[in-house]
Amino acid sequence: MNFWDYLGSRHQQLLTDAYQHASAVFQCMVVATAIGVLIGVVTYRSEWAGNLATTATSTILTIPSLAMIGLLIPVVGLGVAPTVTALTLYGLLPIVRNSIVGLRGVDPTLVDAAKGIGMSRVHRLVRIELPLAWPPILTGIRVSTQMLMGIAAIAAYASGPGLGNEIFRGIASLGSKNALNQVLAGTLGIIVLALLFDAAYVLIGRLTIPRGIRV
Amino acid sequence: MSETSETSTATAAPQQAPAPRATTGATIELENLTKRYPGSGEPAVDSVNMEIKAGEIVIFVGPSGCGKSTTLKMINRLIEPTSGRIRINGEDVTDIDPVRLRRKVGYAIQSSGLFPHMTVAQNIALVPKMTGWGKQKIKSRVEEMLDLVGLDPGEFHGRYPRQLSGGQQQRVGVARALAADPPVLLMDEPFGAVDPITRDHLQDELIRLQHELHKTIVFVTHDFDEAIKLGDVLRERSHIAQFDTPEAILTNPADDFVSGFVGAGAALKRLNLTRVRDVEMADVPTVTVDDPLQTIFEKLRASGTNELLLLDKRRRPYKWLRRGDLMRAKGSLARAGTLVHDTVTRDATLRDALEAVLTDNAGRVAVTGRRGEYTGVVDMETLMNSVHEMLEADRLDAMEHQHELEEQRAQLTHQEQEGHGGEAKA
Repeated sequence: MNFWDYLGSRHQQLLTDAYQHASAVFQCMVVATAIGVLIGVVTYRSEWAGNLATTATSTILTIPSLAMIGLLIPVVGLGVAPTVTALTLYGLLPIVRNSIVGLRGVDPTLVDAAKGIGMSRVHRLVRIELPLAWPPILTGIRVSTQMLMGIAAIAAYASGPGLGNEIFRGIASLGSKNALNQVLAGTLGIIVLALLFDAAYVLIGRLTIPRGIRV
Repeated sequence: MSETSETSTATAAPQQAPAPRATTGATIELENLTKRYPGSGEPAVDSVNMEIKAGEIVIFVGPSGCGKSTTLKMINRLIEPTSGRIRINGEDVTDIDPVRLRRKVGYAIQSSGLFPHMTVAQNIALVPKMTGWGKQKIKSRVEEMLDLVGLDPGEFHGRYPRQLSGGQQQRVGVARALAADPPVLLMDEPFGAVDPITRDHLQDELIRLQHELHKTIVFVTHDFDEAIKLGDVLRERSHIAQFDTPEAILTNPADDFVSGFVGAGAALKRLNLTRVRDVEMADVPTVTVDDPLQTIFEKLRASGTNELLLLDKRRRPYKWLRRGDLMRAKGSLARAGTLVHDTVTRDATLRDALEAVLTDNAGRVAVTGRRGEYTGVVDMETLMNSVHEMLEADRLDAMEHQHELEEQRAQLTHQEQEGHGGEAKA
């Protein structure tokens, strides 16, 4: 059976896996973005708190993904829970770091002007600082998503959802006639998904970055 | 540092409300205002006392780091004073919610401080929106403000700050500061980042605005020429060195520091203090492009002068017509005469006018009003006459002032001597 025949006969299964993969990454990204930006907003003002947040999140990233999921299984069990937890934790670093860098990079004279015309703390953050820091934050989200696409494949190790199942099944049955096809289908599927997500981010950038600061 | 007793200003004309609904200026009182940064011995601002009358333009001018900006920022409490009180229109604002205070006080800064992700209209609408105006009211206010600062609302409404020149950005900055109609306007080196020609225009505009609006304006600059053009305070090392009219500072600096800062060329700088509208303008016969040729010929013949000023449809100066020009151009108005290439506004300083007169080959320049319409002509003779009168008046004032100072000094010395005498006895 060649690769195309394989795709033809298994497309139902592959599409389900791809959908679950995308949906897991998407949901984890939403959570990671919310938490990451929040951490950024809370910490960017203080030198040490910002550095602490960046260091902590980058420490998480150094834990090998297989080990992380393995460590999470005894705590949260098998299936979706360890996948979501691990992906969210991994996704934090780029978002936290870019939020902090972006918010710190807002021209202080603009913040001063905002204060001077009578904007409250919250108002300044929502109307001035976050919109101006949005391009770097969006870049962080984009990098995060690319990363999670790959890492999500490992989730299958803990019986999680996604295209990782194809890859693991193929590796487990190495030597059988469909083994290579399975690994290839899983990998290519992830690449296609990653490219689709990236295209979506370009569109989101177009729609959400105000024309006045678009480069 | 001495503080002279006289505190009148060039702009403190009696305040009549110009437009029925516009808010005019409020008084500002600073009482023993001090700012001391932790870890530094000398206070950044040391016990400043000042009373600014409603509708005045007061300029803080001095070298960098003398605390002028700090004082300004203490008025809207961007910098919290260490001690002292601030009162605006009699109301003590030292302890009220700073956000509430700042919405009553317009604030314009160097390089405009416009938010790049908002359009011009959104920038101007910010403060009115925060204070809860209705949509329709905000919309018409934005148009009104753009018109006020001389920008076409239709054209600039939807633009982003980066699509504007430096001068235009600065105008929008001023429009934003004035949008919610605050009685007080604080300006922190607002024209510091624009080129000299634009700065000059903006200064003229500010003077015109002040004539229309009568706000209380506190303005910080390190440029002495800008200071004498606009208003009247000098300060050094957190003391007020001299609080006086520009005329007095030029002709009668309080001490060496002030005279050193004023610099050379005081007579030329004096020209900056008088505006074209304050001197007597000459008049030349005018015709408009719509007049029939016959009328133009008759006017030329009837008037004793050699020249006519041809105005366009909106009564703006267009061409100078000499006797014979029309003949040479065979009666065609389009070809006759020389184009008017330089005019000055009524709010221009005499220095600008002199400059224009000197560069004009016939030694005269047309003066225009607000919308560019013709109002008169200034030539070398009118300038000379008014400058002579001015200097003479200044000299007399200065002599009087000198006399007063000497009397005061004599009295002080007298008291000191008495005091020493007393101690010696004890």
